[in-house]
Amino acid sequence: MRYAMAMDTRKCVGCSDCVVACQTENNVPLGYCRDWVVETVKGSYPETVKMHFASERCMQCDNTPCVRTCPTGASHIIEGGIVKVTHDECIGCGACIEACPYGARYVHPDGYIDKCTFCDHRLEQGMNPACVDVCPTSCLIFGDLDDPRSPVSKALQEKDWYVLAPEAGTNPQLYFLK
Amino acid sequence: MKTTRRQFIKIAGMGTAGVAVAGSVLGSVQKAAERSISTPSTDSELFRTPTYCEVCFWKCAAWVYKDKEGNIQKLIGNATDQHARGKLCPRGTGGLGMYYDNDRLKKPLIRRNRDDDHYEEVSWDVALDFIAKKMKGIKKDWGKENMALFVHGSPAKHFEYLFKAYGNENHSEPAYAQCAGPREAGFFATFGSGVGSPEPADMQNSKCIIFIGNHVGENMHNSYVQELSLAIDNDADIIVVDPRLSTVAAKATHWLPIKPGTDIALLLAWMHVLIYDNIYDKEYIDKYAFGFEELKAHVANYTPEWASGITTIDPELIRKSAHTMAAAAPAAVIHPGRHTTWYGDDTQRERSMAIINALLGAFGRKGGMYMGVKQKLPNYPVPEFPEPKWTWKDITLDKYKNAAVGLTNVLIDASLPEYPKEHQIKGWFIAGTSFINTIPDRKKMFKAMDNQELIVVVDTMPMEMTGYADVVLPESTYLERYDYARGGKNRVAQVALRMPAVEAKYDTKPSWWIAKELGNRLGLKKYYPWKDLEEVLDWQFQKIGTSLEEMKRIGVKTFESDESIYLLPGEDFEFNTNTGKIELYSTDFAEKGYDPLPKFTRHESPDPGFYHLVYGRAPMHTFGRTQNNPYLYELRKTNDVWINPRTAKLWGIENGMDIWLKNQDGIVSEFSTKARLTERIRPDSIYMVHGFGHTSKKLTRAYGKGINDLPLITKVKIDPIMGGTGMRNNFVTFLLEKPKKEEVKS
Amino acid sequence: MNVSGRVIPHVYPHLEIWGSAIAIYLFIGGLAAGLLFFANFFYLSGKQNSMPMTIKVAPIITPIIISLGLILLVFDLHHKLYFWQLLLHIKMRSPMSWGAWTLSVIMIPAILWPLTYLEDTIDYLKKRNDKCKLIGLFTWANNLVNKIKPLVLLLNFFNKYKKLAAYLTIYLSIILGVYTGILLSAFNARPLWNTSILGPLFLTSGVSTAAALLMWLSNNPLERKLYSKIDLFLIAIELFFIIHMFMGMQAGGNAQVEAAQLFLGGPFTASFWVLVVGLGLVIPATLEILELSGFHVPIGIISFLILFGGLLFRFIMIYAGQASSFHVL
Repeated sequence: MRYAMAMDTRKCVGCSDCVVACQTENNVPLGYCRDWVVETVKGSYPETVKMHFASERCMQCDNTPCVRTCPTGASHIIEGGIVKVTHDECIGCGACIEACPYGARYVHPDGYIDKCTFCDHRLEQGMNPACVDVCPTSCLIFGDLDDPRSPVSKALQEKDWYVLAPEAGTNPQLYFLK
Repeated sequence: MKTTRRQFIKIAGMGTAGVAVAGSVLGSVQKAAERSISTPSTDSELFRTPTYCEVCFWKCAAWVYKDKEGNIQKLIGNATDQHARGKLCPRGTGGLGMYYDNDRLKKPLIRRNRDDDHYEEVSWDVALDFIAKKMKGIKKDWGKENMALFVHGSPAKHFEYLFKAYGNENHSEPAYAQCAGPREAGFFATFGSGVGSPEPADMQNSKCIIFIGNHVGENMHNSYVQELSLAIDNDADIIVVDPRLSTVAAKATHWLPIKPGTDIALLLAWMHVLIYDNIYDKEYIDKYAFGFEELKAHVANYTPEWASGITTIDPELIRKSAHTMAAAAPAAVIHPGRHTTWYGDDTQRERSMAIINALLGAFGRKGGMYMGVKQKLPNYPVPEFPEPKWTWKDITLDKYKNAAVGLTNVLIDASLPEYPKEHQIKGWFIAGTSFINTIPDRKKMFKAMDNQELIVVVDTMPMEMTGYADVVLPESTYLERYDYARGGKNRVAQVALRMPAVEAKYDTKPSWWIAKELGNRLGLKKYYPWKDLEEVLDWQFQKIGTSLEEMKRIGVKTFESDESIYLLPGEDFEFNTNTGKIELYSTDFAEKGYDPLPKFTRHESPDPGFYHLVYGRAPMHTFGRTQNNPYLYELRKTNDVWINPRTAKLWGIENGMDIWLKNQDGIVSEFSTKARLTERIRPDSIYMVHGFGHTSKKLTRAYGKGINDLPLITKVKIDPIMGGTGMRNNFVTFLLEKPKKEEVKS
Repeated sequence: MNVSGRVIPHVYPHLEIWGSAIAIYLFIGGLAAGLLFFANFFYLSGKQNSMPMTIKVAPIITPIIISLGLILLVFDLHHKLYFWQLLLHIKMRSPMSWGAWTLSVIMIPAILWPLTYLEDTIDYLKKRNDKCKLIGLFTWANNLVNKIKPLVLLLNFFNKYKKLAAYLTIYLSIILGVYTGILLSAFNARPLWNTSILGPLFLTSGVSTAAALLMWLSNNPLERKLYSKIDLFLIAIELFFIIHMFMGMQAGGNAQVEAAQLFLGGPFTASFWVLVVGLGLVIPATLEILELSGFHVPIGIISFLILFGGLLFRFIMIYAGQASSFHVL
């Protein structure tokens, strides 16, 4: 089982619903966020200017630099390839934050390191992550990559996609549909 | 793992360092036991009650999830609701911030002396007695009709009822004359039916959607955006006419970067192409429309080349986009838009849009515009309302003949001291709108307010309007109260319940209670025979085949209707117009002395050094009401001014620089904000999001953040047909240094 | 550009999760590694009597600064009370784990070694300056140690196997020195750090700072001259490493090329080339050449510049490294 997420940049309107839904679902403290939205503008007015939004979060990489660098094993991988942090084993050294090319981790006010968990507590109940379910444009697609019929597998088969910083060698599992 | 911890506890028992360590060990063991603190709750551990959202006016039905202690965990959209479809927009999701915002109004306040800033906290009895006394005073000296009610949202129903029972029909929502009025008048004149909310554009089935200045995605209404997404999934063509590369323009098949104020020229050119290239829906027009020949003659010279010179859009693009929409017809629709009070000829622009919808054969067709159905809720039986001596109609319809409801700006004019005494307004009752931040031309507003003997403001937050009130009444948020059920027009008739999810915080009260208590003091007991709104709701629900108990369980109930939402093939449909047909040529306008066919009027251009002030929305905020919400504040704390890099270079403005704005009448913004250099805006315009620049210090988060565009809107062009206030005729220039004190007073 | 209001303390928009505490700790690591290396190496070369400062006296500094470094580290942790978790786990792929364990293990010889030489140290101090206040402190310490029977036994045991301990300690000290660089170079997310030359570079720098310190502390002209030559050699290697580090970055991917720009025109250019390379490497090297050619240059200046340069180098690398990224936005 390999969970992955695809994000359709054609449809995202940059509303940040994914950000606030994650906060209310996961008790993320105000002033911190586990996912975020970025805007990219190219070209010049009026002939060539283009723009799109992308919703980013922890990429739940296949070749995680963060789990590798964690000195206590607090950062670990659970079933499905989801990267999680055991709060009581985390010493808050910040190595995983240095290791992440995507800036996905942050220091929780309680002292441990926190990040997106693909809402594994919801996956256990057969539900999607909170951001996927709330997105009004349904531009977040989720599923099991090992299942060719899952929504995310189908999306990656049918559409062109890219990932962020592939040269960093992390093999991220959040795909951006063009 | 557990074994290791227990062993370590034994070892760490020695030595002083071990004490602190043991503490953390014990702490971690305790934390392991209380796992629910660090791991999120699953839905099975939460309880939920239904409501519909009030952060904006889309009114999505939602479930409020609470934990054992009754704290709100999250808000999730109702899956069966057509507005929500299982989701809430970011503002709805962050709605719990409205409840938890500790800057909320907490107690009724009275300002006894208008010359000082001091507000006295009083009990509800004292506050309501005060209001009743003042209202009776106005009744005696002037008349009970000489008060105005300015409302928006759910409080509207309760206070309109109160005022009607009192014998006053001078109620008005800024949503008409400052927002959606022109589209109601324009579409009504053409199709005999208004637009309403949600708009009946059948986007999810559409093959081509056209947006005129309509920035859906930034204007983030739930099912509106969901339907747009479905249309994109269906590979629908999207045509966007906007001076700015808005969010939806960036997704468009054709983006027409139009010069501000020239939309009617483009629309006339489109009509020309559709008619003269013979790509309009001939059968549909023959059957259902009146006035085709007049329209054809009218647009004979309005070629794309003619429009190109005015709009700065490539004529080929105008032609191509017209062909794109015709190819998709009848599953093609020009969305009517929402905030349409732009230049003062807005009804005619909306008329043009309606005409094109007719030429495409969109009205009543799948993928075009459907005809919504609704489930009416009966009114609780009460004695008939008294007949007022005069109403808003008597002071409005002589001038603005097609105004469908009371106009805020007319009532404000009537509030001025020089207005004829018989119809002069001497008291304002405001609920659910931060009124001072909605109405352009502040100078007049201040004069009008000075002339009032009583200003009452009902609000949940200490918004700027509360600073001008004599009495401030703290309303409970939508999460703490009952309100009338929502039942609007849609593809399917639905009714949604709002019930309190949590106990009312502080000393706040729901509007129905405020209205009832005030009504009792005004001698209107007979209009309030019920104990509370729960009683009324249960009565209403039972009359339509359900009950309060059932509604509490399901939140939204769907009612089957045998009315078709589309025109049946070959149906002889009678339109609610003078001719019974779609009026391409408006006989109603002709009768009343307005142009029966839309004409293009040139609007003002900015002086050198000045730029079009274009304003809009951000998807995580609703106008000016959410900036202080702790969740939504984190998403967007302030606005910025979009400037094209070529323009910025002329001024030496760099990205992120603090700037102030000054308008053509010398009004300067109170605060500064950052310049955002972007290619997404024209060199002759600037863009900013409305709702920021709060001056109420009690809004601890929102105070001082960003520039408020409203005080810069001083030049207002009134639409002659329905009285809407066109606000986009204002121009601004940049100030790179903090302006001197004198200039700041507006 | 960010549109959801994201501002995360220490992470976004500026990554500053590691700061002065880590920079000082890396400097201390390198210095301690170098001190241990020299002490054990020259002991094995039989120089006990000709280089008493290196082998007998200076080593007392090592456990003190390592402890200081560890205290700094623990205070820098965000979840301080759980620091002991570091010693409950060994993660072979985590340089941080390597470092935690190496430091813990190296503390044993770092403490025991100078304790075996307490009496020698007292003699040395008396010969050098019999009014030195430290004599009293060391005497008290020596008396205390002699009273603790198990500790005396341990020290005797250590003395018996001193040669073996020395080999092991040299090995550990090299690991410690290289680890301070590998800790950073293992982060592929920070293009400026992600170069395998950083480990050897930090090791060389650390040993060089130790040589500078020993040169300063010693009053034996032969010892000083030896360290002068060693330092010159090490500085030359450092310069070589630095130049090749930039060559490597320029030949790397986009992210590496951009990272190199931080020092080639970017915000850290002046501080790096003027302070670290100029003041910290080239000028002391020049002064050392002059010294060796016969001109008298106060040793203190040379040593201070090298130590200062080494510390500043760690600081700049920490901050510049966090300014380098893959520009995923």
